[in-house]
Amino acid sequence: MSKPSTEMNRDGGDLDLEDIEIQLLLEGVYLHYGYDFREYAPASLKRRIGDLMRDEKVASISQLQDLILHDPACFERFIVALTVNVTSMFRDPNFYLAFRTKVVPLLKTYPFVRIWHAGCSTGEEVYSTAIVLTEEGIYDRCRIYATDLNEAVLKRAREGIYSLDYMQNYVSNYVKAGGRAAFSEYYAADNDSAIYRSSLRRNVVFSQHNLVTDRSFNEFNVILCRNVLIYFNQTLQSRVHQLLYESLGKFGVLGLGHKETISYTPYEKNYEVLEEGEKLYRRVA
Amino acid sequence: MNYDLIVAGASLGGYDALALLLGALPENFHLPLAVVQHRSVDSDELLSTLLRRACRLPIVEVEDKQPILPGTVFIAPANYHLLVEKDHFALSVDERVQFSRPSIDVLFESAADAYRDKVVAILLSGSNEDGAQGIARVKARGGLTIVQDPASAESARMPAAAIAGAEVDHVLPLAEIAQFLNDLVHSSEDYLWHGRSRQMH
Repeated sequence: MSKPSTEMNRDGGDLDLEDIEIQLLLEGVYLHYGYDFREYAPASLKRRIGDLMRDEKVASISQLQDLILHDPACFERFIVALTVNVTSMFRDPNFYLAFRTKVVPLLKTYPFVRIWHAGCSTGEEVYSTAIVLTEEGIYDRCRIYATDLNEAVLKRAREGIYSLDYMQNYVSNYVKAGGRAAFSEYYAADNDSAIYRSSLRRNVVFSQHNLVTDRSFNEFNVILCRNVLIYFNQTLQSRVHQLLYESLGKFGVLGLGHKETISYTPYEKNYEVLEEGEKLYRRVA
Repeated sequence: MNYDLIVAGASLGGYDALALLLGALPENFHLPLAVVQHRSVDSDELLSTLLRRACRLPIVEVEDKQPILPGTVFIAPANYHLLVEKDHFALSVDERVQFSRPSIDVLFESAADAYRDKVVAILLSGSNEDGAQGIARVKARGGLTIVQDPASAESARMPAAAIAGAEVDHVLPLAEIAQFLNDLVHSSEDYLWHGRSRQMH
């Protein structure tokens, strides 16, 4: 075996020094700041910590831990590094097309609709949903609760200001998602940036919520939680699936990311597939 | 010589190389293979469909937390990074790495961290430098590294960058990489056989 012995701990066990340092860092962050990343998926977590180490110009995770525990500003950067998820308007247009054709007809049968966007990041998908509901004529009786654990991204989501270049790239997504108007009608452009019409924000409540440590806060007809749970390990995924399940009313709809699945979770049997190929499930038990 | 996982990466000109490589594997090939092929954001399942025609092994587009199974080819889905954990895959939508999502570096580096010297990493044709860091990490962790001979690659830049960045174990033309993998299976079959017969005595 060519494995260098310095990478093994004394028992020849499974942990190398970096893994030990990561455990210590996460434990310290939890004890000192109350944010719990201990059950995040290890591989992507390690990459994100590595990126932060480069930005902070430190040579080891232990040095990073020193900075994070003693400098709240560094802790803020740590939160951003670990929690900001890249997203876009009408991400996976087919999902929004299926939402429009399969979910909206169900929602039209309700007098009032509550939607939870869990882990909304910078808000692009919240505005996407608001546009679909507007075009389908039911936005006025919907309320969207858009939550994220990161206050900085929530602030950006609330402002609804995005780069104009990006917006122009989103036109084709909008069209593929079944958009019925001109996408540019939904925002006002100003030099390099675009701001969404306030009418899209009218029934949206942005607020901080941590899926790992906070409880359910309402009963919803729809929960969208897309490409958020991929950052959690299976134990934590199961726990959060319990939270989502308990927050859905009977026949409520759960929407996940394109390559996420409820197949490896304990709640598989409680849902039926609403649209084959898209990750839209309906709570049936 | 005993490996648990093969990871492969390809970019421009890589589809033909992948199809040839996977097509040369026998039905009873028992190691799991994880593959990143650079492609457009919305290319969806086309790559898997095409590879299914070329390859005798089951081809699967990975879903989050899918278990790593033997004798199966796992393809990184479009617009996600594919990462390896101890016994399953994970996905991320993090920023592009080397202008790519999925990125070969992300697959290789996470495989090296989770499987250490039990990984075989294969880098094929490509026109950027994704994969070079991943090859270096696999090598540093004691895994086996194989790079397509740049002279035989449709696009030489990616294999050349990897060769420049690490002491690669084998630089081989495509046909010999396929042969190498087949030998790997047979040598571990020998290993299993001898291991078993030793236990019997």
